[in-house]
Amino acid sequence: MHGTGRPYIFALFKINLNKLGRTIAHMKVGEMAIISGFLDEYLSVKLMEMGCLPGAAVRFNFTAPLGDPVCITVAGYELSLRLEEASTVLIIN
Amino acid sequence: MRKRLTVALAGNPNSGKSSLFNHLTGLNQHTGNFPGVTVEKHMGTTRMPDGSTAQIIDLPGIYSLYPRSLDERIVSEVLLNHRSPDCPDVVVVIADATNLKRGLLLLTQIMDVGLPTLLALNMMDLAARAGISYDIQLLRKRLNIPVVPINARTGNGVDELKQTLLRELNPAEQPVFRIYDEAQAAVNELRQKLGVDNDYEAYQFLEQPHGLQFLSAHDRQVVEEVRQRHHIFPGKFHGAETISRYSFIQNLLDEATLKPADEGWKKYSYRLDKVLTHKYWGILIFMAVLFLIFQSIFSWASIPMDLIDGWFAALSNYLSHTLPQGPAASLLTEGVIPGVGGIVIFVPQIAILFAFISILEESGYMARVVFMMDKVMRRFGLNGRSVVPLMSGVACAIPAILSTRMIDNWKERTITILVTPLMSCSARIPVFTILIALIVPQQTLFGFFNLQGLMLMGLYLLGFAAALVSAWVISKLIKVKERSYLLMELPTYRLPKWSNVGYTIVDKTKAFVWEAGKIIMAISIVLWVLASYGPGDKLENARDYVLQDAANLRLTEQGLEDRIAAYKLEHSYAGIIGKAMEPVIKPLGYDWKIGIALLTSFAAREVFVGTMATIYSIGSTDDQASIKSRMQEEINPETGGPRFTFAVGLSLLLFYTFAMQCMSTLAVVYRETKSWKWPVIQLAYMSVLAYASALVAFQVLS
Repeated sequence: MHGTGRPYIFALFKINLNKLGRTIAHMKVGEMAIISGFLDEYLSVKLMEMGCLPGAAVRFNFTAPLGDPVCITVAGYELSLRLEEASTVLIIN
Repeated sequence: MRKRLTVALAGNPNSGKSSLFNHLTGLNQHTGNFPGVTVEKHMGTTRMPDGSTAQIIDLPGIYSLYPRSLDERIVSEVLLNHRSPDCPDVVVVIADATNLKRGLLLLTQIMDVGLPTLLALNMMDLAARAGISYDIQLLRKRLNIPVVPINARTGNGVDELKQTLLRELNPAEQPVFRIYDEAQAAVNELRQKLGVDNDYEAYQFLEQPHGLQFLSAHDRQVVEEVRQRHHIFPGKFHGAETISRYSFIQNLLDEATLKPADEGWKKYSYRLDKVLTHKYWGILIFMAVLFLIFQSIFSWASIPMDLIDGWFAALSNYLSHTLPQGPAASLLTEGVIPGVGGIVIFVPQIAILFAFISILEESGYMARVVFMMDKVMRRFGLNGRSVVPLMSGVACAIPAILSTRMIDNWKERTITILVTPLMSCSARIPVFTILIALIVPQQTLFGFFNLQGLMLMGLYLLGFAAALVSAWVISKLIKVKERSYLLMELPTYRLPKWSNVGYTIVDKTKAFVWEAGKIIMAISIVLWVLASYGPGDKLENARDYVLQDAANLRLTEQGLEDRIAAYKLEHSYAGIIGKAMEPVIKPLGYDWKIGIALLTSFAAREVFVGTMATIYSIGSTDDQASIKSRMQEEINPETGGPRFTFAVGLSLLLFYTFAMQCMSTLAVVYRETKSWKWPVIQLAYMSVLAYASALVAFQVLS
């Protein structure tokens, strides 16, 4: 299910990912999901301030020309974040 | 009489805060410093409906009271320091009506700090286009503060905002967020010990991650003791607080939103992003934008620059003929006026650069540039946001270094500051132009590449490459564990508001003229003294000595005056220092005359051409062709050939590309890093780079 794009993230986190579920870093362009939790406490505080709250809907819009960072729509606006940060936001869909 | 009202403007980035500030204050605005902290403060005055004037403070754009960058830290400092005379009477929080949720997070935090607060609901026009409508009455009632819908671009609603400001406004009686029971004891203790106004303010004293600058050492000690006694660490409740605030906001918005956004209004923005951040098109377009900026800095600016150059030369000339002769007149015409002229001449380039940067920022494109460049920049230990300072550095490193404040990571910001002066700034242009003209023939390659132009471009690229490589090296040397992240809004594309662009140009240009002006002035006076005085009687009686030497040469009056000027310089303190330097710079292919130019260039590199002109005894500096021919004719006594060979020219070009020859930049770096450590490191590493590359170039080529 996590087929496309960004293989090195999988290489790094493969085992954990299968246990913990998908993150924003796994989303495909145009995909919608709901934020379900965070993997990093420090970043979660900043992400929540920017409107990435558990239960909020996210849409994966596009990636930068080099594949990182990525742009998502959340809380009614467009937010860009690095794959590294995106991979700490758990989603369900 | 009533005390003058002080109003602070706070809000998210891109919420239209600067539009409102410009609308309120017009040209009655200036930049100052917050006391104790070296962060710029934008202030201005506005006329109120009752005839009084109110002071407006424009705070940096923030998302929350918990600061991430230096710019943001200032807001918590200002809003939490209730004892300061600078503490605002009212805070106007500007929120983007198309994206109210995030704006309300900041609003509720500021309300709880205990200052009278007012909500200005901005971008009502866009909200209407997006189909959003709110029950404003309900917002007022639930928040218990005045809510004024405005359109900061057109000024709609600003009068009503002013009327509301004149009413007696009180702090909210009930906080939106009640501090946690766990923190209550600590808060009580702190309130009692430090006399803090309310619970949330005291709670912020405990929670602020960097400690508050305005607290005295003793008070900070008290805060630390209370933290330890109650097992509280900064940021302990931050996440929980955010969730609690957002749940209040969500309930409020569920109730007050009459009609939610129809995202269709952003479709043009989405379409633009498909092209502007496209894998190939995005990069090509960015390159084209950069090319346009460079093109205009170099070609459009040359017309006003020549004019300014002419004016100052004429003024200096006029004064030297009308004022009575003497040291004062000479200081004015040879030291002060050329010094001021040397600053003012860069104004056109800086104005054009900031016009572009401001248009790119206003339109929302700059955020996309940061977005696209982040990955590349990170490889070199920088951040996507470093792109703006590096671009600005092509005009002048001073405003560029000031713009690093938006980089929230300390290490990435410091590295950006350290490498920005390697970008070839406009002060290097006159030096490059004359040296390239000396050593590169005026020829074209394949019929259309101008060789001299290629050389100039090569030097710019070399500077940029050196900046990236140095950044990478420094990032390996600075051992600081600080997490780097990029959480940045990509604002919806909009047409820039031209008056905002105009105000930015005025503001940045003024900052440059002041920052650079003070130092260049001082240095040019010192240089004038060093070049005008010397030991013994050699300077007073220069005319006699020259006449003795040149007795059998048939010199014209002008030729004689030129020789006297050159003789004076040779025997001045500057000349003596130049000769003392000769052993050090000889391996680079330079003689003592170039040594004087190098020495004076450490104040500001553009002084090179003027110094060269004086040394090679030319009356005025505005005729580059004649300086060039004099330099071409200069003979190296050791070889019998020309002094400025290709090897010497290239060695000088490399030296000027890498050397840190700008006192004003060093002063700004000191101000921005608050220590002499960084400017000293910067001076050292750039000097080593300059010396080593010039040495290698000369030794290999000659």
